[in-house]
Amino acid sequence: MAGVAQLQRQLVDYTASLFHEGFLDDQFNQLQQLQDESNPDFVVEVVSLFFEDSERLLNELAKSLEQQTIDFKRIDAHVHQLKGSSSSIGAQRVQRVCIAFRNFCDEKNVEGCQKCLQQVKHEYSLVKSKLETLFKLEQQILAAGGSIPFPM
Amino acid sequence: MDAAIVAGSSCSSSNKVVSMADFGDEPHVLAVDDNLIDRKLVEKLLKNSSCKVTTAENALRAVEYLGLGDDKKNSTTAADIASKVNLIITDYCMPGMTGYELLKKVKESSNFREVPVVIVSSENIPTRINKCLEEGAQMFMLKPLKQSDVAKIRCDVLNCRG
Repeated sequence: MAGVAQLQRQLVDYTASLFHEGFLDDQFNQLQQLQDESNPDFVVEVVSLFFEDSERLLNELAKSLEQQTIDFKRIDAHVHQLKGSSSSIGAQRVQRVCIAFRNFCDEKNVEGCQKCLQQVKHEYSLVKSKLETLFKLEQQILAAGGSIPFPM
Repeated sequence: MDAAIVAGSSCSSSNKVVSMADFGDEPHVLAVDDNLIDRKLVEKLLKNSSCKVTTAENALRAVEYLGLGDDKKNSTTAADIASKVNLIITDYCMPGMTGYELLKKVKESSNFREVPVVIVSSENIPTRINKCLEEGAQMFMLKPLKQSDVAKIRCDVLNCRG
């Protein structure tokens, strides 16, 4: 079983790669800095809310794009929400697709919207799995009696 | 009103500084945002800055909370009003009533017009910003808010202590 130091190094490297590859931006650091003894699970709580909320929005978006008459205003409102939440947790790639998505809504471009929906679902599932991996690493460190290295 | 847009200007030149007697060390902030994640975030940011926080998920709820919808509430004493809220932070884009409309309602009310209002938005649109500042918003800030933004609000709008 990996020692604490090794796990900590893994976590630091993994986190760095997520920033390097653009999955996360500085806002994620801001979230981590908000976590303290009075709220030791803050990041996991907020990110879990993000997962729930995003899945709800993605379902709504899929439904809206299946309608006979596309309600672009409704779609735009949902994408605006998703853009906001992803921005607030630092999920940069998801946020970027949302920006493109809103442009297609403005243009009332159905195909563009459908492509963006696929893209945003893809980016969302990527960042979700990466964050879950990150949290799992943190749990392993804590379970082994170590502490989470402070974000750089 | 000067053109300092995003960060707002220090309120030393205006009369909108809230007196210390009103809230002691823990100002009461009403945070209005229709986004669940943003509400959670702003609440934590404010609590980390020693503020008491009440959140509202839209402007209508905020109006209800403040008792602005009911003009016949003459029984509200000045003390009640002063203890109600010391600051309102509201998102601009919300369904139904926008943050701008909420701002107007607050500024039109005799009970709450002195309460500073900070507008936040994910979009940096100069005409929007100017509109809010002209209507009496203390500051306009871009989302997502950081701890340093809240520290600035705490200092400029609610008056730094020590």
